[in-house]
Amino acid sequence: MILIVAEHTAGKLAKATLEMVTAARESGREGPITLLVLGQNIAAVANEAAAVADQVLVADMPELATYNAEVWAAATTQIAQEGEAHTVIIGGSRSGREYAPRVAVKLDAAYLEDATKLSSNGAALQAQRYTFLARVTETVDADGLVVVTVKPGSFAPAPPAAAAGEQYDVELSLPAARVEVTGKSVEKSSRVALTEADVIVTGGRGVGSPENFSRYVEALADNLGAGVGATRAVVDAGWRPYAEQVGQTGKTVQPKAYIALGVSGAVQHLSGMGKSKNIIAINKDAEAPIFKVADYGIVGDINEIVPALIEASRK
Amino acid sequence: MNILTLVRQVPDAEARVKINAQQVDLDGATLVIDGMDEYGVEEALRLRESGAPVEQIIALAIGPKRNEDALRTALAMGVDRAIHVETDEKFDAVTLSRVVAQVAQAENASLILVGGQEADWDSQALGAASAERLGWPQLTWTNELKLDGETLTGRHDVDDGNESFRATLPVVVTTQQGLNEPRYPTLPNIMKAKKKELRKDDPAGYGLSSKVRTVNAEIQTRARLNRMIDGKDAQAAAQQLLDLLRNEAKVIA
Ligand SMILES: Cc1cc2nc3c(=O)[nH]c(=O)nc-3n(C[C@H](O)[C@H](O)[C@H](O)COP(=O)(O)OP(=O)(O)OC[C@H]3O[C@@H](n4cnc5c(N)ncnc54)[C@H](O)[C@@H]3O)c2cc1C
Repeated sequence: MILIVAEHTAGKLAKATLEMVTAARESGREGPITLLVLGQNIAAVANEAAAVADQVLVADMPELATYNAEVWAAATTQIAQEGEAHTVIIGGSRSGREYAPRVAVKLDAAYLEDATKLSSNGAALQAQRYTFLARVTETVDADGLVVVTVKPGSFAPAPPAAAAGEQYDVELSLPAARVEVTGKSVEKSSRVALTEADVIVTGGRGVGSPENFSRYVEALADNLGAGVGATRAVVDAGWRPYAEQVGQTGKTVQPKAYIALGVSGAVQHLSGMGKSKNIIAINKDAEAPIFKVADYGIVGDINEIVPALIEASRK
Repeated sequence: MNILTLVRQVPDAEARVKINAQQVDLDGATLVIDGMDEYGVEEALRLRESGAPVEQIIALAIGPKRNEDALRTALAMGVDRAIHVETDEKFDAVTLSRVVAQVAQAENASLILVGGQEADWDSQALGAASAERLGWPQLTWTNELKLDGETLTGRHDVDDGNESFRATLPVVVTTQQGLNEPRYPTLPNIMKAKKKELRKDDPAGYGLSSKVRTVNAEIQTRARLNRMIDGKDAQAAAQQLLDLLRNEAKVIA
């Protein structure tokens, strides 16, 4: 069986889960596609999951109310062993890439991290992944039992299956969480999450000031129904929260359109957005490296071009 | 207590990466200590300087000869000694975690610091896999750390924001930007570092065998349209861009 650990937030299945289902279907690996839903009060998520999977295993337990790496690793491992899974697929989110290696160690499985493509070559599961700050695409493979994390945005979301999968409740014996969370601040945004957005408007230092960032970047994003991103320079300057940072030390995004305003296009930034389907750059410096990766570029001043864009996109 | 910090020598971000015989070839590339690991080395030093009962700070590198330079940098920054498990064979992070776990035990470490994502593999697995092998908890993407006795407190980034945490040693911590500003090794410290121990360890003793094979590597660049729009007339440029996005790229409604 192919075991997928569902990602969900606020009682809804994440797009990443549908992407993992496609990854499983494309992997060439055999057996029923099983979604494991971990959490508490997750009946609605389980119902959504049933629409795309052959079967859904629901672990609805108070111990799973909040994510913890050790607990998630233990839960996933138990189900993988009991179900004799040969392939375990986990989301390439921050948390997914945190507990998946633990699952691989527990199962003594090969670990293919952050796959952007999956296929089978005989007994081997082949994965593509980016390395060297996303400048290189490597193909790696492994036989036998494999744990895979899937890079968000790399696979199309799966359409519903022909028939809804059966749901089964499962009981797990879980370890106690050893890391105590003493406070949490959720960087909430009224806009679409960066990793789910079809369009992202990102501001760099060239935007000029935090006020301009709201006036230009956020306003344009709102007109386009887009997510808002920022460069590290802008985050380090305290203009924007770290949650919005795109790049090597921020988020990796692959929207249909990435609109970079006053962004120079440093390698560390490119490593987070360079795989976007369309890149649009507005920069006053015709030599800025961002233009080398742009599909559409305007050499011009943010203060002139962006207000015109906001005005034109309002219509 | 002893702290183990992991380091790798990786291509500089601006370095050109070449492919030779379908594998990455670093010959001639500028190599530097991985910035993500450097935060860990710096943090170990700061924990000691802030009064935590740190006896020894040991830097560990696993991999080809070039990693000696990363270890020298760590020694010059102030770690006490270094261990290099030298091998030219390519191992994935989960396999390498076997070495980390065994060295941590042999060196009686109770805190391991490692970069959140290495710039060569683009992998986040080493810290987590090492923690699992040791049966320790882990804290990833940490940007604030305090040690009081055996109690570690701090903050780290999670999927939807950040959390403050408390945990008891032993723990694996992965490090990132914002945690600190790594110091530059001074000349006297670089000189001093030359006398510090840099022990070579035989990889054969660690029972390594990779389950992951690299089939090939390529530089894949997506062909970009590079369509430039004249920005002199802002209104016209804005309208033209929106038209292209609507009708040609079909990315906005
Ligand atoms: C270990 C490490 C990790 C890093 N991780 C990241 C990361 O995750 N994400 C990231 O973004 N960076 C990262 N960086 C930093 C990166 O190297 C760059 O410093 C950063 O991306 C630059 O941000 P920027 O483009 O906003 O600013 P700048 O480089 O200052 O560029 C500003 C641009 O705006 C243009 N401009 C100025 N005024 C105007 C105007 N009026 N109109 C139009 N254009 C204008 C300029 O021509 C310039 O091209 C990292 C660096 C290191 C060392």
